[in-house]
Amino acid sequence: MLAPLFSSKLLLILFFGTLFGLILGVLPGLGPTTGGALILPFTMTLDPLSAIVLLTSIYCAGTYGGAITAVLINTPGTPAAAATCLDGYPLAQKGEAGRALGMATVSSTVGGIFSVVILVFFAPILAQLAYEFGQPEYFALAIFGLTMLASIGEGSPIKNLIAGAFGILISTVGKDFMTSIDRFTFGINELTEGIGFIPVVVGLFAMSEMLTQSTLINQIFNRIALKAIKLPSKDDYKKTWKTILRSSGIGSFIGVLPAEGGTVASLIGYSEAKRFSKNPEEFGKGSIEGIAGAEAANNAATGGAMVPTLALGIPGSATTAVILTGLIIHGVRPGPDLFREQPDFLYGIFGAMLIANILFFIFGFFGAKIFARITLVPNKILWPMIFAVSVCGTYSLNQSIIDVWIMLFFGVLGFFMRRYGFSVVPVIIGLILGELVEGTLRQSLVIFDGNWLMFFTRPIALTFFILSLIALAFPLIRSRKLKKK
Amino acid sequence: MKNVQKSKRANKSLPFFFKDEFKVSFIIIFISLILLLTTFTFDIVPPILNRGIQPATFPKALLILIIAMTLIVYYLATKNPWKIEKKLPRSFFLTLFSFIMFVIVSNALDFFLAISALSIFVAYYWGEKRLFYLLLVGIIFPIIVFVFFETILGLRFPPGIITNIYYS
Repeated sequence: MLAPLFSSKLLLILFFGTLFGLILGVLPGLGPTTGGALILPFTMTLDPLSAIVLLTSIYCAGTYGGAITAVLINTPGTPAAAATCLDGYPLAQKGEAGRALGMATVSSTVGGIFSVVILVFFAPILAQLAYEFGQPEYFALAIFGLTMLASIGEGSPIKNLIAGAFGILISTVGKDFMTSIDRFTFGINELTEGIGFIPVVVGLFAMSEMLTQSTLINQIFNRIALKAIKLPSKDDYKKTWKTILRSSGIGSFIGVLPAEGGTVASLIGYSEAKRFSKNPEEFGKGSIEGIAGAEAANNAATGGAMVPTLALGIPGSATTAVILTGLIIHGVRPGPDLFREQPDFLYGIFGAMLIANILFFIFGFFGAKIFARITLVPNKILWPMIFAVSVCGTYSLNQSIIDVWIMLFFGVLGFFMRRYGFSVVPVIIGLILGELVEGTLRQSLVIFDGNWLMFFTRPIALTFFILSLIALAFPLIRSRKLKKK
Repeated sequence: MKNVQKSKRANKSLPFFFKDEFKVSFIIIFISLILLLTTFTFDIVPPILNRGIQPATFPKALLILIIAMTLIVYYLATKNPWKIEKKLPRSFFLTLFSFIMFVIVSNALDFFLAISALSIFVAYYWGEKRLFYLLLVGIIFPIIVFVFFETILGLRFPPGIITNIYYS
């Protein structure tokens, strides 16, 4: 599995990717999704394996990096680290920041490695199953992926679905791929090629975050001093090993579900840790189990999310949507054929994720104090710099100034979406899945001679439709249960 | 929790057209309707070339779905009003203004100049008054980024008053 990585160039990329991912994770507002999108144009100078190794190492390390900020300044570096704040910061306030970060580092590493094992075993099985899929099955699968958007995060399910539908609508801009008829181009030549993924992602994540930061410039963070990171004690291991394993399983499973990701995984991992704990009253006051539950789950979601991404071409999370774009840009088509034709490439990715998990453990353990200092970089310096990189990176892909304007437009739109409770992640997933949804629907209708009911005669497609209904009903059932409580 | 309840009460006392839930729903539906009308201007493919459905059918269905879901969101909001968001500070509007200025300057004068001007403007209005740091974010860093993209990625930036000097 590691053989494809034994080249000094790839190891160097892995080293810097992990380092860069950690820095991105530590900086509130950035994170692996935005960072991945910003770095994507730079990967054009690399071969496909190097590019994906870079992106996956950023993904793994960035997910862990969020915990450092969550523990020390009570602000999650990434959304996936939100649950870590609940106990990480109170424990740090008690003068045990080193212990909190030690547990976060160990549980993140175990969760991450556990999920790579899941990825190695399950991705080929899923890819094998996907050989049975025709156009109707892929259509039903994409619909299932989209309906899963209803249950991401804590936001309104319907708002998430609106955002997802909007993402699909964006994918229809440009020439219709079957008939070459212009749609929503409004006479602008540059739009005939469609709206690119990078301007939308950089706009929705980086630029909207810049606008959000502009509303918080007077905010002062109370940073807790970190003397040294401490490995968990025997007592801590005794208390948490079951939680770490349970959360690793939960995180991997949630990660495999299309569109779900580390944020949902960590919230469920945390609440399950509390449910099974002998001391649930300690949660929210600095419970070491709470940190372990959240961190193992969010890092376990990284490998899980790569399963549908590689095996089916359906992103498991927002960051894997960026990785999927990286694959497509480099001419690699994810799916069952990838497993048959390029096993070395896949093993390279698996190995890179495994090494990245070990590397961030080492970097985190020895360098947490330095990374904690990165949070001191003032926003008034950081964000103008991010703006310069965002603008040049977006321009570089097609050398189009229109792309830069599109990025700024989506930045403003993303800001208002977030302000009024619409998550921006479904837009990205919708944009990625849009072409698949429309393409498979139209091709299926050709196969079925226009008979829509034929979809329900295919067992796999029918199963996905039933799962879609469950995915839509789940948030309703959950909110009713919460109301009853 | 108390603050949320207070703001919800405050929101209930507003006329419906001032409420965020109405404004947001109205904007989404209004734009969706315009786009829906636009779909009727798409070319129609003759039956012999048409594969499955007309090119306009899929976007039409999506837009109707968005409108329907927005109506549900609004209906739910009438039962459970959204909390009133804080007023946006001056720094937000200045940053938004800098985006607009960026588009104008990059189009009319120079791409590099626009990046540089925006960086200095934003850093200054976000509270950075030290000259060295303003020069760092406004000139030194954009030059590094510019040269990096130009030399390593082989990128050619759009012509402009400063870029032309560099290329000549």
